[in-house]
Amino acid sequence: MTITVTINGTSKRLAIEPGERLFELLRREGYMGVKTGCGTGDCGACAVLLNGRAVNSCIVFAAKADGGEVTTVEGLERDGRLHPVQEAFLDEGGIQCGYCTPGMVIGAVDLLSRNPEPTEDEIRQGLSGNLCRCTGYVKQVRAVQQAAAAMKGGGNDG
Amino acid sequence: MAERPEFAIVGKGERKVDGRALVTGKPVFVADLRLPETLHVKILGSPKAHARIRSIDVSAAEAMDGVACILTHENTPPTRHTTAGQGFPEPSPYDARMFEDKVRFVGDRVAAVAAETEAIAEAALAAIRVDYEELEPVLSIDDALREGAPVIHDEPDSTGIYDASRNIVADVDIDVGDVEAGFDGSDAVVEVVCETQYAQHTPIETHVVLSYLDSEDRLILRTSTQVPFHVRRIVAQTLGIPIRDIRVIKPRVGGGFGTKQEVLLEDIVGLVTLRTGRPALISLTRKEEFTSARTRHPMRVRVKLGAGEDGVLRAIEMEAISNTGAYGAHGLTVLANTGSKTLPLYNKAPNAHFFGQAVYTTLPVPGAYRGYGATQGYFPLETAMDELAERLGIDPIELRRLNHIRLDETSPIFEKLGEGREGVEQTVKSCELERCLQVGAERIGWAEKRGKKHRDGSWVPGVGMSIMMQGSGIPLIDMAAATLKMNEDGSFNLLIGATDIGTGSDTILAQIAAEVLAVPLDKMLVTSSDTDFTPFDVGAYASSTTYVSGMAVQRAAEKIRDQIFEVAASALGVASSELSLANESVVGPDGKSLSLADVCQRAMYESDQFQIAATASCVPTESPPPFLANFAEVAVDTETGRIKVLHYVAAVDCGVAINPVLAEGQMEGAIVNGIGYALTEEMLISSRGRVRNPSLFDYKIPGMLDIPKLEVILVESYEPTGPMGAKSVGEIGINGPIPTIANAVYDAVGVRLRETPFTPERVLRAIRDGSTA
Repeated sequence: MTITVTINGTSKRLAIEPGERLFELLRREGYMGVKTGCGTGDCGACAVLLNGRAVNSCIVFAAKADGGEVTTVEGLERDGRLHPVQEAFLDEGGIQCGYCTPGMVIGAVDLLSRNPEPTEDEIRQGLSGNLCRCTGYVKQVRAVQQAAAAMKGGGNDG
Repeated sequence: MAERPEFAIVGKGERKVDGRALVTGKPVFVADLRLPETLHVKILGSPKAHARIRSIDVSAAEAMDGVACILTHENTPPTRHTTAGQGFPEPSPYDARMFEDKVRFVGDRVAAVAAETEAIAEAALAAIRVDYEELEPVLSIDDALREGAPVIHDEPDSTGIYDASRNIVADVDIDVGDVEAGFDGSDAVVEVVCETQYAQHTPIETHVVLSYLDSEDRLILRTSTQVPFHVRRIVAQTLGIPIRDIRVIKPRVGGGFGTKQEVLLEDIVGLVTLRTGRPALISLTRKEEFTSARTRHPMRVRVKLGAGEDGVLRAIEMEAISNTGAYGAHGLTVLANTGSKTLPLYNKAPNAHFFGQAVYTTLPVPGAYRGYGATQGYFPLETAMDELAERLGIDPIELRRLNHIRLDETSPIFEKLGEGREGVEQTVKSCELERCLQVGAERIGWAEKRGKKHRDGSWVPGVGMSIMMQGSGIPLIDMAAATLKMNEDGSFNLLIGATDIGTGSDTILAQIAAEVLAVPLDKMLVTSSDTDFTPFDVGAYASSTTYVSGMAVQRAAEKIRDQIFEVAASALGVASSELSLANESVVGPDGKSLSLADVCQRAMYESDQFQIAATASCVPTESPPPFLANFAEVAVDTETGRIKVLHYVAAVDCGVAINPVLAEGQMEGAIVNGIGYALTEEMLISSRGRVRNPSLFDYKIPGMLDIPKLEVILVESYEPTGPMGAKSVGEIGINGPIPTIANAVYDAVGVRLRETPFTPERVLRAIRDGSTA
C-alpha cells in the first residue's frame, strides 16, 4: 500500500509493505537517527514524534503514520540551530555513546511540550521508557531540567 | 605528593568532540552506512547445550531464491583461536573454531546464512537440517568439577587449557607469607562465601558488523568493537589471510562495557564478503545478544580474614571458582584480576593467599565485563570486612583506615599476580582514599545514621560502605600510540588507535594534546580507530585509555611542540629554549612571536620544508590504582524483601580529571550498572541450558525510575606518572554497589546477603531464616 506522511516537515508518498513497522520505514528512507535496541518496545532508542507524541517506532505499524506527521531527531534543528534539549544534552554531559540519545532527546521534547516545567520525578517518570546503559541518567535528568529552563526563557520551542 | 600545575583545557568539562553528530542523529554507527548489494547474515544457534553434529544438510537452504552463501564447519577454516580481543600472545586458550562439529552451549554457532534479505536468511536457517548426537550438559561449576564429568573440550587441537580432561581452563595460586600462621595469630577470624550470577552488559547497540571489499579487493570490516587492532589480527589468523589484506574501521560504538572486546562476528561476515565479493551486514537481535554474545563470569568466591584486636589484618585468603562457560575467553585473566585488583588494597596483612580455578561449563560464554573479576572479588572481601568490624567492635570506616594501602606504599601482590602471569612491582604514587572516606561519610551522614534502626512501617533504613581500587591499564603489556600532524591554519590532526566506545576518549585525548600545544579544542581534529590510518593501540579495556593512550598523546604533542619551536627559533632568530606557547602562537623573548599558522606555513612552503608531525608510544611500567569509597543508604521492606537504594555516594580518587563531566559520567554509569547487577539483573537459565529471559523486558536493567539520589565526588590527586596527573576510572565504579548495598542491608535488618542479585525473594528468605542467603 501507499501512505502519505510528513517527515520532518517534508510531505512524502511512500510505498510500504504489509506489516512493516514505522521504524523500518524510517530507516529505509534514510532517517538513520532512528535507532534500534530491542525491536520489542522496551528500550526507547527508536522513539520518534508521531503527531507530536513520542512513540516507539519499532512497535508501530508504518500504516499508522498515514496522513500524519513524524519528527525524528534529524528534524529538531531550526535554522541551523539545535533544539534546546539537544544543546542541554551536549552541555550537561547527557551523551556518552550516543546510541540512546536520539530516542532520549525525542522523549524529552515530547515531555517538555506537555509539561514545560517538570519536577525531577516527572522527568524520571516521563523518560522511564528510555533505557541508557552508559550515563546512569544523572546528567540526562539535569539536561532536561536545563532545557526546560532555557525554553522558558524563550528559546527554540521545537 | 607531586603538585598539580595550572591547566587551560585539561580539567574543563568540554563538550564531547563527537557530541553534535550524536545528538543530531548523524549516520555515524556501523549499521547507518548502507551499501548497495549488501547481504544480510544470520547465524543458526545451537538448540542443544552439548552435542556433536552427526550431519548437517544445507541443500534445501542453499536451493532457496536469494540465498548467497552458507557457512558451516564443513566449508570454513578449522583454525583454533580465541575470540578474546587481547594482546598477542593472548592469555586465553585457543579453544574456538569458526564452526565446529561440536556445540557447547545453547546459542553456539552451527551455521551462517547470507541472503538478499533478513527474512530470506531466516527462512534458510529454518531449512537447515542438523542431526545432533546429544551429550550430557554441564550446567554448574560443581557439575564441571565432579569426578567423571563430561569433558567439554575433548578435541586434541585446542591449546592453552590448564587441564582439559577435568574442564579446568586456568589455575592460579599465589602466596605471600604464611596465611595459616596469620590466622593462628589472629584474635578474630571471619569467613564468607559469596556467589555472583550470570549478568550481561546489554549495550543498547548490539553487536553489529558491516564488511565489504575496497577497490583493491581488501577486506574492510566496519565494526562495533573495542579492539580494532586485535580484530584485524584475530580475523587474519582465523581466516588464514594476511593482516595487510584487512582494514578495520571503528565508527561510533553504541556502548561496549567489555562485550565488544570480543571478536564475535567479524570472521563470519568477513568470510561471506570474501566468498561472494559483496558487502555483508550482521546485526544481532536483542535475543541473540542475550543467548550468544558474552556475559560476566559467574563466580563463587570465599574470603577469610584474620585480624588482631587492634584491627590490623594478619591474613587474607581468597579462593575463587569462576564459571567461564563453553569457551575460555578471558577465563584466566578475569580470575587473576579477582585477586590482583582486590588484595593489594589491604597491604597491612603480611600474609595473603589467592587461589582459584576457571572451569568450563556448557553455558553461555562469559568474557570481559567492566570490573573484570574485581567486581566478583569485592563482594565477599568488603562484606567480610564489615563482619570483621562488627566482630572487633570497630567502626567499618576505621577498620579500612587501619588496613588500606597508602601513598608511597606497596603490596607484594602487585608483583606476584598480574594479568594472567606475574605482575609488576609498584609503589602507590597518588592516593586520596582517606579524603574519599571522609567526604563520603559526611555526605551520607554516616555518624548520624549508622546503627540507628528507625522503622517506618515495614521499611527499615540502613547505611553501608565499602572501599576499593582498580588499575590504570596493564603494565608492560598494553601499548598505545598517537600521531599528530600540523596543518597550515594552525590546526592539528590527532590520529589515535585509542577506541572511543562512548567513554569520551576522543575528547579527553584531544584535551591533552590541546593543553600541551596551547590551542583551543576545536583546533584538534580527531581521527581514531582505523587500522589503516591510525597507529596501534590495544583498544578500550582494562581502564587503560586515559592513562596509557593519554601518555602517548602527551608525548606526541611534546615532540611536535619541539618541532614547532625549531621552526620558530629559526624564523625569529632566537634559541628554541627561549620559546614558549601561548594563545596559538610561539612566544619568544622581547615580545617576539609567531602564530602557529605562520610556523606551519613556513615549514610547509617557505624554508627548510618538512611536515611537522610526530608519533609517540606508551608502554606503561605500572598501573596506578584509582581509589573509591562507596556509601549507600537503603531501606528494606521487611514484609516483601524489597530493597530501595535511597542515596548513593561515591567519592573517587581519579588523579586529575582531564574532563570532570566525562569522569563523573564514567562513574555514574558504572554505579548504576552495578546497582542493576546488585538488585535485578540475572540471566535465568533452564535445566537444559537455555537462557529463559532473553529480552530487556524480562532482564531488568535500571531505568530512570530505578536510580537513587546519586552523588559522585571527584577527589582529585595528582598521579606523577600519568598524563597531566591522570589515572583511569572506566571500571572501578561498578564494583561498589554489591558490597555497599549488602552492608547497608545488614545495618538495616541484620541479615547477610551472599548471593546476587538481591531480589525480594532472596532478601525475604534471609530475613525469615535469620542470617544468610
